[in-house]
Amino acid sequence: MTPSTTDEANASLIAETARRSEWSQSWRRFRANRIAVGGLIVILLLVLLAVFAPLFSPYDPIEDVFRGMRGGSPTAAHPFGFDHLGRDLLSRLIFGTRVALLVGLIATGIAVSIGVVVGAAAGFFGSWADMLISRVIDTLMAFPIIALLVVLAAVLGPSLTTTILVIGVTGWARFARVVRADVMSLKATDFVTAARSVGVRDWRIIWRHLLPNVMGPVIVLATLGIGGIIILESALSFLGLGIRPPDPSWGRTLADGRDSILRYPHISFFPGLMIVITVLAFNFLGDGLRDALDPRERD
Amino acid sequence: MIPYIARRLLQGLVVIVLISVITFIVMRLMPGDPAYLLLGEGEIRISAEQIEAIRRRWGLDRPYHEQYLVWGWNLLRGDFGDSLIRTGIPVRQMIFETIPVTAKLNVISLALALAVAIPAGIVAGVRRNSPFDYSTAVGSTLGVALPNFWLGLMLIVLFALYVPRWFGELPLVGRIPPFGLRSWQGYILPVLVLTTEQMAVMTRVMRASTLEVLGQDYVRTAYAKGLPNMTVLVRHAVRNALLPVVTVIGFRVAFILSGTIVVETVFALPGIGRLFTDSVFRLDYQVVQSLVVVLAVLVVAVNLLTDLTYAIIDPRIRIG
Repeated sequence: MTPSTTDEANASLIAETARRSEWSQSWRRFRANRIAVGGLIVILLLVLLAVFAPLFSPYDPIEDVFRGMRGGSPTAAHPFGFDHLGRDLLSRLIFGTRVALLVGLIATGIAVSIGVVVGAAAGFFGSWADMLISRVIDTLMAFPIIALLVVLAAVLGPSLTTTILVIGVTGWARFARVVRADVMSLKATDFVTAARSVGVRDWRIIWRHLLPNVMGPVIVLATLGIGGIIILESALSFLGLGIRPPDPSWGRTLADGRDSILRYPHISFFPGLMIVITVLAFNFLGDGLRDALDPRERD
Repeated sequence: MIPYIARRLLQGLVVIVLISVITFIVMRLMPGDPAYLLLGEGEIRISAEQIEAIRRRWGLDRPYHEQYLVWGWNLLRGDFGDSLIRTGIPVRQMIFETIPVTAKLNVISLALALAVAIPAGIVAGVRRNSPFDYSTAVGSTLGVALPNFWLGLMLIVLFALYVPRWFGELPLVGRIPPFGLRSWQGYILPVLVLTTEQMAVMTRVMRASTLEVLGQDYVRTAYAKGLPNMTVLVRHAVRNALLPVVTVIGFRVAFILSGTIVVETVFALPGIGRLFTDSVFRLDYQVVQSLVVVLAVLVVAVNLLTDLTYAIIDPRIRIG
């Protein structure tokens, strides 16, 4: 190990690093993480399954009821068996992917949008706005979230739209908290002072200068949160306050199997398996994104 | 210290008032008139006077802000009113009857989770990248991703269906009932479910904070002056590494209560969680709004308590 070769290697590494943009460096780090890439691939497959559900599912998830097959065990033509009404379980699970992803992605989108705007406002303007917003954040975080969701779903009447709205509108607090803290610390930096001194307006500073710098953690938090939201949706449907029958949601199907759990355990087993796979995929992707976007956080 | 406590108490109070207002508003938006539910559905003909009488009896005829003030004042005095649907039973009695079940479940689960997670997290952090570290990583990854209601149902299938078939009666515990709480064995499966998630989260936190502490200068100093491994770990590292776990417990109380609502429903346990879902379905305003406030106060109180504990242990916090 001669010093000259090490120096050379270092120099070329530095040159190479300088050539690449922040994003392409992140992408390289992400690509090297096999578990995270695996998660991404599973998610892409699930998206395909959801988009082309009618092509993939062998039977209609609602209309095709097989007589005398209530709770029937898996067969060659029905690899996952039948649900409690004699419908093909595989088809119901494939269509359930749509519900899970719709709720997971749209609810997260709503929560992130509200959280970023509110958090940025609180962090940037400070004073009474910050006081007020911080107390609202505390309040939302203090509600046992299932209790809040159950009450809201009961009030608004359970449906897909309600589920998405309720989860999205109640879930923004943790995004707001992160954005608020980051904006507060960035506000004191020189580039913000510089922008201000040349007369850039407040919202433009937030939008152009601050938000791009806090998006990394928000993306990571959002990805890691999707799994939790999919579980929430299932829990809500499981309690009977999410997706209404006969629409196929994983949580609903799981609940359908509950009454006959000791006779037909497969009805609850397969939807739960789908939930676990999906949640794991999003968590792996989120962990990978964190490592890639913020190398300081890596352990 | 005292200004800090006063500020945190005041913040907690504001949060509790906000919660009670939100709960009250949301509950009034619920569909269905409890006056009708009280008289029962179906064949019985209800006269307008009967409905009027019930409204007056429960204060449903007064303007909303008066209803709120009456309710809030009663809450402050510890009077939660009577259940609207299960006529005549005071809500306070219902809460007192259900709270021991929920408390036992969650205290046992939390204690179990910590008893496993703290040593596991420390060992995983100390022996980083060892097979043990990887297996705890896999375990906690799975533990976070398993929906508790599904885990519960699968444990029921396993212990009520397959275990008796393969092994017959288990020693010590005997037959584990799938639902209900007729014997102490009824606690086993729900406790397992609740423990799993907490354990997974706590192990991660403990591992991360162990790693962080081990990288600190004072730990290096302790090693450098020739202290034995165990002494450094126990006296210097672990003490500080435990701090984040305290915060996380406080932070997770809301999640723990969410979990208990679902798990009590799965296992049909007569705890506060099932009382809550039951009351939502029966439109029992009085019970639901009292429960939400009680749960939220609990969360705020525990958060406050952990913050204060933290401030006592770690003087740096008080200044911030």
